[in-house]
Amino acid sequence: MDVMLSASSLIDGFGTALTPLNLLWAATGVLLGTAIGVLPGIGPAMAVALLLPVTYGLDPTAAFIMFAGIYYGGMFGGSTTSILLNTPGESAAVIAAIEGNPMAKSGRGSQALAAAAVGHFAGGMIGTTLLVVLAPTVADLAVDIGAPDYFAIMVLAFIAVTSVLGSSRVRGFASLLIGLTIGLVGLDQMTGQQRLTFGSLQLSDGIDVVIVAVGLFAIGEALWVAAHLRRGGQGAIPVGRPWLGRDELRRTWKPWLRGPVIGFPFGAIPAGGAEIPTFLSYITEKRLSKNKHEFGKGAIEGVAGPESAASASAAGTLVSMLTLGLPTTAVAAVMLAAFQQYGIQPGPLLFEREPELVWGLIASLFVGMVMLLVLNLPLAPVWSKLLRVPRPYLYAGILFFAAVGAYAVGGEAIDLVILLIIGLIGLMMRRYGLPVLPAIIGVILGPNAEQQLRRALQISDGHVTGLVDTPFAVTVYAIIVVLLAWPWLKRLLPGARRRERVEDGG
Amino acid sequence: MRTRALLSPLAAAVVVLLVPPLITTGSGTSGGTNIPGLRFMVPNTPGGGYDITARTAAKNAEDAGLNHNIEVFNLPGAGGTVGLSRLVNERGNGKLAMSMGLGVVGAVHTNHAPSTLADATPIARLTEEPDIVVVPKNSKYKTFDQLLADWKKKPGALPVGGGSSAGGPDHLAPMLMARAAGIEPKSVNYVPFDGGGELLASVLGGKVKFGVSGLGEYRDQIESGELRLLAVTGPERVRGFDAPTLKESGLEVEFTNWRGLMAPPGLSETQRDKLIRLVRALRHSKEWKESLRTNGWDDAWLPGEKYGRFLKSEDERVDTVLKELGR
Repeated sequence: MDVMLSASSLIDGFGTALTPLNLLWAATGVLLGTAIGVLPGIGPAMAVALLLPVTYGLDPTAAFIMFAGIYYGGMFGGSTTSILLNTPGESAAVIAAIEGNPMAKSGRGSQALAAAAVGHFAGGMIGTTLLVVLAPTVADLAVDIGAPDYFAIMVLAFIAVTSVLGSSRVRGFASLLIGLTIGLVGLDQMTGQQRLTFGSLQLSDGIDVVIVAVGLFAIGEALWVAAHLRRGGQGAIPVGRPWLGRDELRRTWKPWLRGPVIGFPFGAIPAGGAEIPTFLSYITEKRLSKNKHEFGKGAIEGVAGPESAASASAAGTLVSMLTLGLPTTAVAAVMLAAFQQYGIQPGPLLFEREPELVWGLIASLFVGMVMLLVLNLPLAPVWSKLLRVPRPYLYAGILFFAAVGAYAVGGEAIDLVILLIIGLIGLMMRRYGLPVLPAIIGVILGPNAEQQLRRALQISDGHVTGLVDTPFAVTVYAIIVVLLAWPWLKRLLPGARRRERVEDGG
Repeated sequence: MRTRALLSPLAAAVVVLLVPPLITTGSGTSGGTNIPGLRFMVPNTPGGGYDITARTAAKNAEDAGLNHNIEVFNLPGAGGTVGLSRLVNERGNGKLAMSMGLGVVGAVHTNHAPSTLADATPIARLTEEPDIVVVPKNSKYKTFDQLLADWKKKPGALPVGGGSSAGGPDHLAPMLMARAAGIEPKSVNYVPFDGGGELLASVLGGKVKFGVSGLGEYRDQIESGELRLLAVTGPERVRGFDAPTLKESGLEVEFTNWRGLMAPPGLSETQRDKLIRLVRALRHSKEWKESLRTNGWDDAWLPGEKYGRFLKSEDERVDTVLKELGR
């Protein structure tokens, strides 16, 4: 019955979203969002915040339709620089760089961009549909997830990390430790203790994951290329076919559909965010892919899945923001502030008080998504021509945009110094064959896991049993045990079957 | 009808954008409050509390014709102390003001910041908002007295959640409450969350036994019955809510989360008075009064020297609490 009610409200919502003026706001939003998202360092949160004053003159419905456009547009645009230039503009696009950039370098940039665009579209569509159908249910479940549950998920993620450590475990762990160490920098949230800040105020908020990613990926790579330019070819990067081939479609449709399954729930839960689902989606695709050897060298599944997950998590974010008034990401926090500017308090009563606004917003998400796909698919081959620029100029450009991006994160000159230092670490890691991905994952997972562990223990007043006192956590730990025992179990199963067959035959 | 409602603010926006460059060169505005080239610095990220305060004040001052075009910019970092350092370095600049609040007082201590609020020039305290004590609707605590009785018995077993890290407003409020109730602050089981939003989920889900946060953030959840309001920390009850103050419940604590404006050090008396005059005129404008209403802020006007003395007493209060916690 709820679903029927939602459906009819949604149709009303389309009535609101499809008025010419609101369509215009949606189009303005997606254009602005894409344009700003393409700039490295400016993610959707910053985009919405910067454009907040522009919307003061609009009525709330129009303003939020535009915000939604900016939000999703920013995500579409964010993966473009991530894939082409290896300079992710926001943390959710970090994983896209890992497979997308090698693809771009081998002349498959358009395919990577198209896979990302369709991934965003699929993730956003499925995510938003789930938002319509499940909003009230998910909201109820979301508040039941607590610190012990998060920590269990983190442990699962850490176990999954071992599969991205690369061929040499020692080097993989070294890289992970570098990431975890960078993640430690800053003020300890529980006690206010300073860690690895060297007395610098600028370091006390920690180092933004975007700066770490841009430093390790783009700067490290550019320095590495510069160091080898004399020996290597000076020519431009080849630009291949413009569209997705049949073979690529066959490889990507499943990741596109799997992404939302991982992304949406993470977006909806209070401390979920977009980084961890993109990372988990990447691991999942790597495990399930038939082309495991291609991962790290440009596997299209590794772009399609995480991008779809990122988009779906954005839809999930809106669930908790609209139904609980609970911002789970920076963008949602900015949008929440925007709601309050209009004297509207998102929360349990929002759907009753402002149905036109809420359903108009949701409908415009669908509309915006279609607009973005139409806008971005034809642009993919155009963008990828950018790589025709000869390598020395291209990498000079990458260094420039990386610096702009790092500066844009906080507007502090010291961020540029940090960026360069991390870039040098990235260069050294390449020199000694350390994989970069585990370091990034360390930066993302480390602080999260630590905070949830300590919060769980704080709530239980120091009792270790507090970590396993919820059914959810116990289930996750059970999955971990099965995963760890899997190689052993696998050997056992077919063997057992064979023995049975032998007995039958005999 | 809708179209016109939409177009007229747009037209207004165009006028606002285009006209000031033409008229700023002209004479000052009525009452002589205009400070050409005035900038507001926000020491936290866009969308945060200080940000909304600064942007609202700037917009209202422009709309009320008190000042042409105030530029608002963000310099986030270390709980506002990065911005404070910048402010202190802008010695003698009478065209800069920083929005700040109680959170910055705590951040100066926890960050061991080199620049303190005593180094800057106090302009005025503008707004305040009480903190609230809330429990989920299915909690066994119906009144604050019941909660307090249990809290006194076993402080460790009653985790209290707040939306700020150590030294922030939501951390100070329960610590002051504990001290007044005779509970050793060190034994309080305080669980910090990243803002009122993240805390909300944990309160609703019963992960923490009670939550302390700003009233504005949870107004809706209280009205809808998802949360039960047990007490407010301010000096008076809040209109429309049936909850006692801490004093009525026998705790000698008054606590509000206030916000105000600071200016760089080394200002001449004229420079400082000009800023105070502008803010005073803003406070009396109908635009600002309307903003107070929509944001649920209380007027907490305290200008100049008086504000400076208040800052000093707040600083001492924060220092005492943090020292007792051994930080």
